[in-house]
Amino acid sequence: MKDQLSQFGEAFRDPQLARSMVTQLKTSARTPMRIMEVCGTHTMAIFRHGIRALLPPTVTLLSGPGCPVCVTDQNDIDGFIALAQREEVIVATFGDLMRVPGTYTSLQCEKAEGADVRVVYSPMDAVQLAQEHPDRTVVFLGVGFETTTPTIAAAILTAQQLKLSNFCVYSAHKTVPQALAALMKHPQVRIDGFLLPGHVSVIIGMEAYRPFFEAHATPCAAAGFEPLDILQGLLMLARQIEAGRPALENAYPRAVTEAGNPKARAIMNQVFVACDARWRGLGEIAGSGLAIRPEFSQFDAARRFKIAVVDMPPPKGCACGEILTGIKTPPECPMFRKRCTPMDPVGPCMVSSEGTCAAYYRYSS
Amino acid sequence: MKSDKILLDHGSGGKLAHQLTTEVLMPMFNNPFLAQLHDGAVFEVDNGRLAFSTDTFVVDPIFFPGGNIGDLAVNGTVNDLAMCGAVPRYLSMGLILEEGLTFADLKRVLESVRTALDRAGVLLVTGDTKVVPRGAADRLFINTSGIGVVPEGVTIGATGAQIGDAVILSGNMADHGIAVLTQREGLRFESGVTSDTAPLNGLVQAILAVCPQVHVLRDPTRGGVGTALNEIALQSGVGVVLEEAKLPVSPAVAGICDLLGFDPIYLANEGKLLCFVPAGQAEAVLAAMREHEFGRQACIIGRTVSDHAGRVVMQTAIGGQRIVDMLAGEQLPRIC
Repeated sequence: MKDQLSQFGEAFRDPQLARSMVTQLKTSARTPMRIMEVCGTHTMAIFRHGIRALLPPTVTLLSGPGCPVCVTDQNDIDGFIALAQREEVIVATFGDLMRVPGTYTSLQCEKAEGADVRVVYSPMDAVQLAQEHPDRTVVFLGVGFETTTPTIAAAILTAQQLKLSNFCVYSAHKTVPQALAALMKHPQVRIDGFLLPGHVSVIIGMEAYRPFFEAHATPCAAAGFEPLDILQGLLMLARQIEAGRPALENAYPRAVTEAGNPKARAIMNQVFVACDARWRGLGEIAGSGLAIRPEFSQFDAARRFKIAVVDMPPPKGCACGEILTGIKTPPECPMFRKRCTPMDPVGPCMVSSEGTCAAYYRYSS
Repeated sequence: MKSDKILLDHGSGGKLAHQLTTEVLMPMFNNPFLAQLHDGAVFEVDNGRLAFSTDTFVVDPIFFPGGNIGDLAVNGTVNDLAMCGAVPRYLSMGLILEEGLTFADLKRVLESVRTALDRAGVLLVTGDTKVVPRGAADRLFINTSGIGVVPEGVTIGATGAQIGDAVILSGNMADHGIAVLTQREGLRFESGVTSDTAPLNGLVQAILAVCPQVHVLRDPTRGGVGTALNEIALQSGVGVVLEEAKLPVSPAVAGICDLLGFDPIYLANEGKLLCFVPAGQAEAVLAAMREHEFGRQACIIGRTVSDHAGRVVMQTAIGGQRIVDMLAGEQLPRIC
């Protein structure tokens, strides 16, 4: 199975095909264009495969708000930490969140101080933790886009079936199409086209972007994460931009359909309901979050613990907000590589493995 | 009543401690040096310079596919000595046992220590055992120190890389890192990937036999090939250019890394080495390595250049270019 996966991947890394697509891109992108890769996984893949070095000078890539850790509001991070500081709580989280600095501390620092914080690889592991520790309350930190939300919904349904009273989720989930619309309304943001995230699109399908596309008529292409997928998406966008004919195109048809994954969406909608949410860098966006429905309130950590977090400003001088909206690139932040490094990060873009600053730090001089 | 578990009293210096030494440890590693049960070992050394190395092993979990903390502890120090060009001769072993560890697990680890010692051809000549209260250690920690002899004419250091060297890797990257990772709590999936833990002193001798003036040897353990190459580039003041298409990774490891968002270039290896040799001798070294059981998949992965001194640059498979920096912290699985 793994061998097949790998060989499948290799087919989308063919150097000759890549060269041919780069040539086509150079012919197509004649006028300057600013394209935003919305997704953090795209950002990392673009750097990892050295794609920036292959692009014509007319194409500027901007990294968008598609890293779930990076866009998590600092108040939520402070909320996670407040939960970890409670003696009766085991906090279960994906690894990316461990090093993200809150206002005063991080989960990693709190763990060193004695907080019970466990890195898990799946929300189901957190459910299992709750079964193994009936005397403690396990809080899973729900951070992510539509890709991860269905699995977290499934974990809540499992906990309900198991009648687990000591499992709950802090939901800081967000949805992508609403963020795209907010970016287009932002006065300083100038984007000529969006490379839409592959994993999210697998779940929500192309039709989920249609309201955004119809409202803003901006070139869009959904792409996978192999180098040829990304080049194909960029080529589609360059052709749309050059021709002045915006379209909603799918450069990832082997995984993304019009309707997405109805089963995953159904389970997500069964447990979650749209709510307003605060994004780092973008502020509050109406209907861009996912709250746990009232009928599942016993699994809602925010309700159970009544977390009251003081509204704190982001760290002084941190440009993560402008970086997430494509207004600035990491080297334009005065703290980049100086005060802010992966070893001692100031903002989340430097922390997450999919953060833009981490990608620039790791893969460029 | 005789317990099947380690008790605090096993570290007390009294009867139980004596029993642990004489009934468990001595029969396992007995040799004339250790049999003296003296505070230290006195031994002859060959002509040449001595190499001395120490390392402490705290791997979690202590048992993983392809090995355990025991063979890791022996191979780790044997390899550190071998990377100095030394022939490893004598090892010490310090055991820190957590109260409650079962004798069965301890013996399983010690059996692996013995097998690894035999495989590497080194003697365990002195040791120490401490028992700490439950919770003060994670089951079993091992420290090993080792002494080896560096033959005349062999000078290998991290500063030795020269412009125009070929960079050779002895086999697939990241097998150990993935083998351990997939056994950790929370992940637990059957990957079929086993640790590559192995003694590399024989392979080093095979390399030195055809190329005594090998410039650098390094086993890319924690931090992986990426971090090791950065250290060598910095210490030697050369640039390194890697060819992504030539980097050896097994399909299973590549698949798991894709799944979790890990870069195999930063994952640990415990039975692989990097060597920097003059380009003219690269093919001869490669042929010698491929004849050895731990170097069958050896390949040239890059070269040293005068540009970008101290940095490692990758030519990607699709024709792009990127920096390969040192790993900043442990890689963590991504959210999506």
